[in-house]
Amino acid sequence: MNNPQLNQHGELQHLLSTEGLPVRIVRDILDRAATFLGEGHAEINKVPLLHGKSVFNIFFENSTRTRTTFEIAAKKLSADVVNLNIGSSSTSKGETLLDTVDNLCAMHADMFVVRHATSGAAHLIARHVAPGIHVINAGDGRHAHPTQALLDMYTIRHYKQEFHNLTVAIVGDVLHSRVARSQIHALTTLGVPEVRVIAPKTLLPSMVEKLGVRVFHSMEEGLKGVDVVMMLRLQNERMQGALLPSAQEYFKYYGLTRERLALAKPAAIVMHPGPMNRGVEIDSSVADGAQSVILPQVTFGIAIRMAVMSLLAGTST
Amino acid sequence: MNIHISGGRLIDPKNGIDAQQDVFIVDKRIAAIGQAPEGFVAEQLIDARGLIVMPGLVDVAARLREPGYEYRATLESEMAAAVAGGVTSLSCPPDTDPPLDEPGLVEMLKHRARSLNQARVFPVGALTYGLKGEQITEMAELTEAGCKAFGHADAPPADNRVLMRAMQYAATFGFRVWLRPQDAALSRNGVAHDGEVAARLGLPPIPVVAETVALSTMLQLARETGVRLHVCRISSAAGVEMIRAAKREGLSVTCDVSMNHVHLTEVDIGYFDANCHLQPPLRTQRDRTALRAGLADGTIDAVCSNHSPVDDDAKLLPFAEAEAGATGMELLLPLVLKWAEQESIPLLDAISRVTINPAQSLGVKVGHLSPGAHADVCVFDPQATWKVEPAALISQGKNTPFNGYTLQGRVRYTVVEGKTVFVA
Repeated sequence: MNNPQLNQHGELQHLLSTEGLPVRIVRDILDRAATFLGEGHAEINKVPLLHGKSVFNIFFENSTRTRTTFEIAAKKLSADVVNLNIGSSSTSKGETLLDTVDNLCAMHADMFVVRHATSGAAHLIARHVAPGIHVINAGDGRHAHPTQALLDMYTIRHYKQEFHNLTVAIVGDVLHSRVARSQIHALTTLGVPEVRVIAPKTLLPSMVEKLGVRVFHSMEEGLKGVDVVMMLRLQNERMQGALLPSAQEYFKYYGLTRERLALAKPAAIVMHPGPMNRGVEIDSSVADGAQSVILPQVTFGIAIRMAVMSLLAGTST
Repeated sequence: MNIHISGGRLIDPKNGIDAQQDVFIVDKRIAAIGQAPEGFVAEQLIDARGLIVMPGLVDVAARLREPGYEYRATLESEMAAAVAGGVTSLSCPPDTDPPLDEPGLVEMLKHRARSLNQARVFPVGALTYGLKGEQITEMAELTEAGCKAFGHADAPPADNRVLMRAMQYAATFGFRVWLRPQDAALSRNGVAHDGEVAARLGLPPIPVVAETVALSTMLQLARETGVRLHVCRISSAAGVEMIRAAKREGLSVTCDVSMNHVHLTEVDIGYFDANCHLQPPLRTQRDRTALRAGLADGTIDAVCSNHSPVDDDAKLLPFAEAEAGATGMELLLPLVLKWAEQESIPLLDAISRVTINPAQSLGVKVGHLSPGAHADVCVFDPQATWKVEPAALISQGKNTPFNGYTLQGRVRYTVVEGKTVFVA
């Protein structure tokens, strides 16, 4: 089975998942992002790397934040950006996903940034488009959100320098989280020796340990001695089924409070992909506290997306 | 027609024959094996030297998509696909639109199928009206119309009281009840086995307990009601073990597995290959090993194609949104042969899984070549290899996880009721 993300020269053709992404490509993306952020130099405001190229942000699921960061990144690279918030309007008119994509290809798109509520949507589009077109997965169902994971890796490297000596805990709704899956693959790819997940059993996929993580059901045990705490967003709708009894009980047992954070290493950092539910998964004093790197994550996110787009634009066809 | 099938290796599991024997057909029936009956004059000679002659295949799960889903497939296309695969008898599940819950619908289907003069169709009637799991159907009337069993598509009635009553009623008349064990709530929205692949790809899961919980319920109700139960499309190692125990106990239960599950696992989903979106879901290597062992030792009586043609558009969607199902009747025989070869199963045993065994589960007098039996015959070349190419399939459904596979065994002649209906 060929890796659908790479071309025959082993270069990145599409960014669909952090799973199976060669470590050299991950490092290349992080290094490029560093230059865009002007690490050691001045921050770069605008470069012509994507001059004359059209980037289509197609969002079948609403997202202001991710779409905006992609838009800013593409504009900084001098691309022409088209935003399409399709929601479910087009598909409710009977047009299929691939019909939509074909129409946009006919408008000479060079790159698609795709978000979709169903796992595998970006893979389907990547298989379908002509060889010169690149697809970036901006989140597909529960499957993957690779640029989020890459910006998280950038953040960790920024604060911790190395990966091989870290213990990282991912906390919350792993079952429904594309962010968690992408983080786990990225962390293990970069050689993090211990990745933990902390959640009640109802929020973990069965056989999650096969992804290469240690499973904890208690915050007190799971946070002990960690270098990085990666919180996940808990969606309100999870309270309505049989997954969790209430937000209050969840916060009581799985919320990140100052007391619990004190169990981690003193220099531990706290991350969150946003948007946060204060008082549900994270206490405000932690979210706004000294160990929080949540806002820098957002800044790094633009550079990571610039890095991914410029890398794809330079791929031989 | 009088047909002389000469020089072939005859394999007829019911009669324990695996030898070079000629077959003589007079009119619609098998007249003799070995020696021509007195005064026999062949109108057609089938030269079967180097070929294997066997009873036509009996496929216990082939969706023909009529009535209601003609955009996916039509009776014409699927009946032609059946005989191209050597299938001379098939039973179709009741999940058409409308479901097969009225005698008129069943008569119409039987009539349409008969007029095509191809494979025999034995409909499985709906156990409840509209497959809603509320009110039991007129099973006696449906049987008169041609139903051979009563089923409930992909999940048994959710209300166990309805299920028990339906079984009691069926048992009253000696009717067979065919159920696929999958608990509706435990499998809700699920699209893949609850295991490593679903965890990795973020696919909504269907756990093994969805099968075993439903299976446990239906076995207990079968014990209670005394109904003749056939368990459709078993998919897990735990399920096979439960069937084995039920048979040991002496329950009247038979069981089938789809050929997809004999050969594939969840790993074949790869990067979201919608052709592997199947019901039940493909499970693990361990499950596949247990299914193969169960098929070999007779715990699982029959293997079927679970033929479910899906139109291309319904597969060109993200995995979870894609329609479940795959075409299969044309692949059934070569895939059974492949299993037999891999597991060193004698052909006589292997072929029983697609002839006499399913015929007995269905309670129909086909699947063997005894003198006097229906002249339904499949003649195939065991050496011929061919590559599965969607465009070359006769079924209107072109989707199969076996696309691109090279398979061995190709049907050369199919005879139904003494008429040669397929030649290749």
